[in-house]
Amino acid sequence: MSLDFKPGAFSDFFRDETFRESFTYRNSPDAIRRFPFPFDRDEYMYSVNMEPHVPGRKGSVFEKTFDVDEHYVSEMIDRAKVLADDPLRCQSLPHMTLAGWDTLELIMEAKARDYPQWFSLTKEGDRWHWINRPLGIDHTFTFLDESTLPYGPFEYIMRQTQGDWTLQDERDGTLWLDAGVATSQADWSADFDIGMNFHEWHAPVPLAHDLGVFDRALKFLLKLQHGSPVRRFNWTMTVNPLLDTSPENYPKWGPTKTTLTQENLGRKQHLRVELQSLYRLPRSNAIAFDIRCYLGSFEQIVTVPKWGRRLHRIVRDLHPDLATYKGFIRNRPAMAEWLSKYDDGAPTSPGWWPED
Amino acid sequence: MSGGAKLPVRVAEVVEVNELIKRFRFVSRDGSDLPAFSGGAHVVVEMDDHGTRRLNPYSLMSDPEDRSAYEISVRRDDQGRGGSLFLHRHVKPGMEFVLSHPMNLFPLDNRARKHLMIAGGIGITPFLAQIAQLSHFSGKFELHYSARSKPLGAYMDRLSSAHPGKVHCYFDNQSQQINLKTLLATQPIGTHLYVCGPKGMINWVLSTAESMGWPKLALHHEEFLAPGTGKPFEVQLAVSGKTITVGTAQSLLEAMEAAGVDAPYLCRGGACGQCETNVHKCDGTILHRDHWLTPEEHAEGCKIMPCVSRFEGKTLVIER
Amino acid sequence: MKTSLTPVDAPSIRSRPVYAVLESRPASLHLIVADGEGADAVVEMLDKANDRSGMLAAAHVMYTPGPDGADHGAALEAIGAAQFFRAPTIPSLLPRLQRVLLDAHMGTQFYLAGTEGLIGQAEREIMNTGFPHVAIQKEHRGSTVRRVQCVHCKGITENVATDPFKCSHCGLNLFVRDHYSRRIAAFQGVNIDAEDPGKVPESVVRFK
Repeated sequence: MSLDFKPGAFSDFFRDETFRESFTYRNSPDAIRRFPFPFDRDEYMYSVNMEPHVPGRKGSVFEKTFDVDEHYVSEMIDRAKVLADDPLRCQSLPHMTLAGWDTLELIMEAKARDYPQWFSLTKEGDRWHWINRPLGIDHTFTFLDESTLPYGPFEYIMRQTQGDWTLQDERDGTLWLDAGVATSQADWSADFDIGMNFHEWHAPVPLAHDLGVFDRALKFLLKLQHGSPVRRFNWTMTVNPLLDTSPENYPKWGPTKTTLTQENLGRKQHLRVELQSLYRLPRSNAIAFDIRCYLGSFEQIVTVPKWGRRLHRIVRDLHPDLATYKGFIRNRPAMAEWLSKYDDGAPTSPGWWPED
Repeated sequence: MSGGAKLPVRVAEVVEVNELIKRFRFVSRDGSDLPAFSGGAHVVVEMDDHGTRRLNPYSLMSDPEDRSAYEISVRRDDQGRGGSLFLHRHVKPGMEFVLSHPMNLFPLDNRARKHLMIAGGIGITPFLAQIAQLSHFSGKFELHYSARSKPLGAYMDRLSSAHPGKVHCYFDNQSQQINLKTLLATQPIGTHLYVCGPKGMINWVLSTAESMGWPKLALHHEEFLAPGTGKPFEVQLAVSGKTITVGTAQSLLEAMEAAGVDAPYLCRGGACGQCETNVHKCDGTILHRDHWLTPEEHAEGCKIMPCVSRFEGKTLVIER
Repeated sequence: MKTSLTPVDAPSIRSRPVYAVLESRPASLHLIVADGEGADAVVEMLDKANDRSGMLAAAHVMYTPGPDGADHGAALEAIGAAQFFRAPTIPSLLPRLQRVLLDAHMGTQFYLAGTEGLIGQAEREIMNTGFPHVAIQKEHRGSTVRRVQCVHCKGITENVATDPFKCSHCGLNLFVRDHYSRRIAAFQGVNIDAEDPGKVPESVVRFK
């Protein structure tokens, strides 16, 4: 038993594109307008910045619980390649199997409800029938019986879900990163960090510990309730539309940071936005953390004048420790120079929406 | 955001389990499935007791995979503030209630090699759900359950016949007591212990285990405090600019809610920390009754847990 | 000669393990695992114990010399524990620990003393039983060399003294982070010249 994709359905919507070698990934004009630009003002510093994950503006990435966009099929093909190369990128410690089933249920129910044209879930008692039309999957299995799935429940649903995910077990007054998949991560190693508690896996992040950000975030998350998910943004920078910026493969992608010129920067340099959402899971009492990645090239971002001005100011003024941690300190001057052409110094309106 | 999303339900069944305990079965009003939950979770039941709004937490005792209904068992407390009396005397099938989503302040540690459960009286309820959940996944457990007498040992027969050899019952009126020292000395490494019951029992189990070298993090207990009663007192709410009076059988949290002030909460029993509130001014004595704040914080008097704690004195101003 | 109790810098980041002085606690079995100068920490704990003879009668000690050759095993054996086992290396010590854990009971106290490599690997075995790692006592003594996992090839290099160093498995030049995984019982090593291949800073002895 395996999970063979038979993509091809809805090919007028789902783009056929690559996140490696030829790098044919692009956002369509519609996708740029709905890009989750993460800066609501002209400066940036860490904050907990959580808000309820409730349906947002129509057409935006907040409209549904899990945004399925034009990159879905290609991202899933890229994930399958990463997992074939390195199965350690998806791991679930033995006590997290139940949390994996919770996650599978959460995603299947939401997608079948929000995208009935693409996904369908029917249940007869424990027998569940799942259809994922974009990936060509039609599968009947027994809920809570791992032997009826080709992978564990967590890996099975992660191979059909955009974004990196972690499952956090709650024990001893903190959260433990005891399951995770990372094929589109911003430079953290799932294999190394699995088993760590909340403060340990965030340990390498500079400044934020001293600001008390993680103490406040943990306190907030421990009170997260089933049925009331929350979300926040994070962001970093990536050269090329490369999803798999893992520490594992750093020797392979690290050298690309030295390839930027003023001529190619707009095309190659991408703002990488993480739309993070968090869910309390019902059976396991664990917390699922979805780190959904959106990539936008600088030349596509600056087609929104407000975003061009603001991104220039953010990149130019960011605390050097954060620029180092986010991995673009060496290219910051070149990025600021390129972006300065799109900043006429005019004031920007509050909020992140392109037109407001 | 106090309490988060809610579940509208209807009472499907009320069963008298014994002379002190009644069981209530809730189904969703529109017939849809209720969320699954984790063993040890509770819900907050919102009640309208003839004009008095009561929000009481009760452990879910039904099988967490049975999404057709939630069941709670309530012990009648004739000396209490009235929540259990209302449920026992007035609640009938067909009545509508609002429940919080389940939340768990007494979860199993799923890494444990074995779960050792010790229950006293009505403290059995969270274990019923935990045992049902463990049974789905062949989890290893052992239950030691004491009650005052055989008739008051709710669900003992059901548990003993479903899990022969794993359930051990004790009756106070037959002078039976758990042989705790032997029990604690013979558990395999990696066992976690859970205790729920009267305060005296919890203290006895925890202190015995600690004296025998059990680590604190392998010891879990659940003790919901009823808010208790006391003398009425007055409180000024700095943010909302109101002054309220807390009645004899009312908690500070309930008084704030009655005055239309939205205050956060989860457990309403002094355990979870959600309602923690800063004290701006205190001319008098805060009667701390929670398990959340540290003894040092109790002594400092800069914080109060409005769900259970009270005040005696001249002036209390809190940030809410 | 008394070495400093925790000869490592104060934790630079919150995944860096912290250590404390061992103290005797009530137990039905005292399981003591030490290497190198960790033997001294155990001897000192016993000197301070209220019930030294009671503790020794219920003590099982496992010892191996340190990675730098430091061998204080004779002093440890001389304290007269009910069981004393001397292993030539850490890998030859661990199977015995695993066997003892198989039928150990709650009420056992764990005392680990010596290098971070020994402490981390013994801690991992104990943790795998479901026992809370926070309740395992750990005192760092002696050598500060590190056990480092290469994040790229996953190979573990033992007794790393210099930073950067060459991965003993894939040969990449790695710098040593303070980021530590209890599950892997190792620090993280990351390629230092990925962005500028060949530009490797001079190696310095950071761990002795």
